[in-house]
Amino acid sequence: MNSLKNVVIFGATSAIAEQTARQLVAQGASLYCVGRNKEKLTAMLDDLRVRAGDQQKIEGSVADLTDSSQHAQLIASAEQQLGALDGALIAHGTLPDQQACQSDTVKMREEIETNAISVINLMALLANRFEQQQWGVIAVISSVAGDRGRQSNYVYGAAKGMVTLFAQGLRNRLAKANVDVVTIKPGFVDTPMTAELDKSGPLWARPEHIAEGIISAMQKGKGEVYLPWFWWGIMLIIKHIPETIFKRLSL
Amino acid sequence: MSTPLSWNRQPRIAPEAIHTLTERTSGVPASLPRPLLAYGNGRSYGDVCLTERGTLVLTRGLDRFIEFDSQHGILRCEAGVTLAEILALTVPHGWFLASTPGTQMATVGGAVANDVHGKNHHAVGSFGHHVRALALWRSDGSVIECHPGDDTGWFSATVGGLGLTGLIQWVELQLMPIQNPWMWVESQRFSNLEEFWILNRQAEERSPYAVAWIDCLAKGKARGRGILLTGQHAAAQLDLPAFKASKKRVPVDPPFSLINGLSLRAFNSFYYRQPVKPQGSLTHYAPYFYPLDAIQDWNRIYGQQGFYQYQCVIPPEEAEAATGALLDTIAKRGEGSFLAVLKTFGTRPSLGMLSFPRPGTTLALDFPNRGEKTLRLLNELDAIVREAGGTLYPGKDARMPADLFQSGYPQWQAFSEYIDPQFSSRFWQRVTL
Repeated sequence: MNSLKNVVIFGATSAIAEQTARQLVAQGASLYCVGRNKEKLTAMLDDLRVRAGDQQKIEGSVADLTDSSQHAQLIASAEQQLGALDGALIAHGTLPDQQACQSDTVKMREEIETNAISVINLMALLANRFEQQQWGVIAVISSVAGDRGRQSNYVYGAAKGMVTLFAQGLRNRLAKANVDVVTIKPGFVDTPMTAELDKSGPLWARPEHIAEGIISAMQKGKGEVYLPWFWWGIMLIIKHIPETIFKRLSL
Repeated sequence: MSTPLSWNRQPRIAPEAIHTLTERTSGVPASLPRPLLAYGNGRSYGDVCLTERGTLVLTRGLDRFIEFDSQHGILRCEAGVTLAEILALTVPHGWFLASTPGTQMATVGGAVANDVHGKNHHAVGSFGHHVRALALWRSDGSVIECHPGDDTGWFSATVGGLGLTGLIQWVELQLMPIQNPWMWVESQRFSNLEEFWILNRQAEERSPYAVAWIDCLAKGKARGRGILLTGQHAAAQLDLPAFKASKKRVPVDPPFSLINGLSLRAFNSFYYRQPVKPQGSLTHYAPYFYPLDAIQDWNRIYGQQGFYQYQCVIPPEEAEAATGALLDTIAKRGEGSFLAVLKTFGTRPSLGMLSFPRPGTTLALDFPNRGEKTLRLLNELDAIVREAGGTLYPGKDARMPADLFQSGYPQWQAFSEYIDPQFSSRFWQRVTL
């Protein structure tokens, strides 16, 4: 079991990350939260401080994670403020407008930068840090969308696919260093990021349930986790449809 | 997104748009259709939280605490925080809500907007009496911080203001100290309404909490028989039992109401005959204050047609006669209620211009929605309430006639000066025609 006493969260104000932060605090963790929006981050830190006990530290800073040059400094600050780091959750991301990305390659590259490049840059730095100390767990929120390219959102899917593959390689490398790398693949989650979508139907999950799954996977040092679990079955089927058939489907 | 319902699951009406708030300072984008109305956790009944026009603004995403002073029991939190979330935070620190309704699933914003009350109204007043401050977002972009006693009127308009004065961003509450999460509860059986008045008067003198459940189907000499539950927070003691919360729920909407003449009569008789504990016993606060919260989605038992909640207040001088007349009418029609609750309010004047609690007796009932038949009965009850100079609770109403509202809330016209020009509800349109 990985202990989660001192955890850094990137993209902390996203709905899933905020719920994860609350549950970690309820379990006694100290947190360092990085978010882009100052007002949202402040409201979140105030809330976590009310929920935390006197012994727990709740710190954070505002940063735009697409600026990779800040990453090393953010990790160093987190470690300095908390005294140690035994877990990291990378949760930042956007849900790109696929149509806009198709007609504007600048927009497309920005989305790849946000959802893939900045994520793997953080993972690479955290990996080196944790490999050195010979313990820790790195969790990253990827997506079921990264399992197979589909016409409706393959820009997002390609970015998440890169994250999934990168994490897979890292997991392999860090196994002997006693460091776990956890890839979280949520299905449909009812968050502001998906505000535009119709959420009736049984596939939609609440962010607090996803958060429970993330914490459990981090503690147990699991590899790839579908949340909720049934997405494993759905994606198994989707991944195995032959390409000759798949290309004709409107998914 | 499925259309939000109120707790009695009717009327089923959809707004033009739905908007989810997650930041208390963000306001509501100008691109969304007006009027606006906040919807918290859907625990009010009827249509105070519903609209057919404009945008329903979901506030459950405003669920952050802002500051908690555990020395003095002062909590500031966003409006979408539920009372359950507050208690989970504050009870371990020895603080309880000074006033709480019969569900802890309501949001604090909803509790303010309906100026809700609890079993201790006779001792402490209503929810609004324990609000130290609140922030109100107005559609012109301004934010008004209101405090009790403000001479601007914003506080007294917003407490009990049915969400019409703007959007409540946060609320600051004064909590009440407790020694532990347990209650000392005594139950006494009374065999008719006359006995209730005597027992209740004694109970209110010695206990901070008092409420009666009555068998509204009993007639004649047994009219108004029931059980009086009195309680107080348990004193400091070492030997406390363990408590495990229930996880039952009603999983589906039955096609018809499970509450019918037969099940109702059986339940009421059974409940009346349950063993009482006049000597008292320890009960955890959750089953004491929130017995129905133990069965998630209990409101589904009334089937797809939903139900009507009917809660009136009768002034003290008319209370005994009118309560008797109400029970006679209900028993005669056999349209009894699962949970008929009887309580007397104290004399502490409510702070809100439209607050429901006022000196007198309040009777709360729910009736399965059988269409015209049910509405006819409720109209008969209205006649008794009107005659006695009483009124109904907006937060539990889906059908009261405009005259009953306007006579019961004489300040409604003065109140309407405070309504945000971009806010409205179906309730308000209905009662101000």
